[in-house]
Amino acid sequence: MTSMTTGIGTPLAGYLLVAALLFAIGLGGALVRRNAIMVLIGIELMLNAANLNLIAFWRFGPHPEALTGMMFAIFSIAVAAAEAAVGLGLVIAIYRHTGTTELDKIDRMKG
Amino acid sequence: MRSLSLIFYLLAALTLAGGLATVLLKQLVHCALAVTVAFAGLALLFLQLDAQFAGFAQILVYIGAVAILIVFAILLTRGSDLPKDGVFSKTWFLGLVIAAGVFAVLGWAVLASVSAIPQQNIVPSVTVRDIGNALVGGYVLPLEIVALLLTAATIGAVIVAMHEKERPK
Repeated sequence: MTSMTTGIGTPLAGYLLVAALLFAIGLGGALVRRNAIMVLIGIELMLNAANLNLIAFWRFGPHPEALTGMMFAIFSIAVAAAEAAVGLGLVIAIYRHTGTTELDKIDRMKG
Repeated sequence: MRSLSLIFYLLAALTLAGGLATVLLKQLVHCALAVTVAFAGLALLFLQLDAQFAGFAQILVYIGAVAILIVFAILLTRGSDLPKDGVFSKTWFLGLVIAAGVFAVLGWAVLASVSAIPQQNIVPSVTVRDIGNALVGGYVLPLEIVALLLTAATIGAVIVAMHEKERPK
């Protein structure tokens, strides 16, 4: 057991690395794309990566029966759903006001 | 200590391929499809981690609601028209460098500290009944706050996206 609990081969490290890579992909998408909807999708990917971390720490932690990490992930999913609804509502409002969702063209505070 | 199984690698590859396709594809509708694949891969990873309730909540909330919402937003904003000057911003290289740097720091932190974390592999026997009891027991205040937040977000999203009234000039 002691020889296998270190390094990249452990399950926890594998899940954490997948979550880190997904977070970086989402961050890259949010930074690189021009469309406001794509930026929101990137933020959703980052939130999901954080949820994967929470579940992985819950699963491989010392007290999985305490349910703390699982509860955190469930509340995080609910908050992310609220965020997506408001964010996409804002994008639709901005599109109705300016006629575009390209972030480069939305450069005025006063429409 | 069980080491990583083949199915974990398959699911991780599916999730990351969905995420990469989301960021790289040009058509917004294709991006919405790819992000659905990424959400499904994550739900399967949750199931693989014995978190059945979180996995099915992920399927219901993300694939059932958020993906549909994204498709609606794309269609309502005519996002299916390709922009003339490309889908990536002018400073795409800087964004790529920042994302790679963040991944490098996170990966280094994980690999440097994971051997210090005590890892158990007790398969948790958590039923939905336990989760329900916890939600109305110790977690009842967060549950009420989330209910209030979801109500406020629903009303707020409708008000924000509602047609503007004609202002008198």
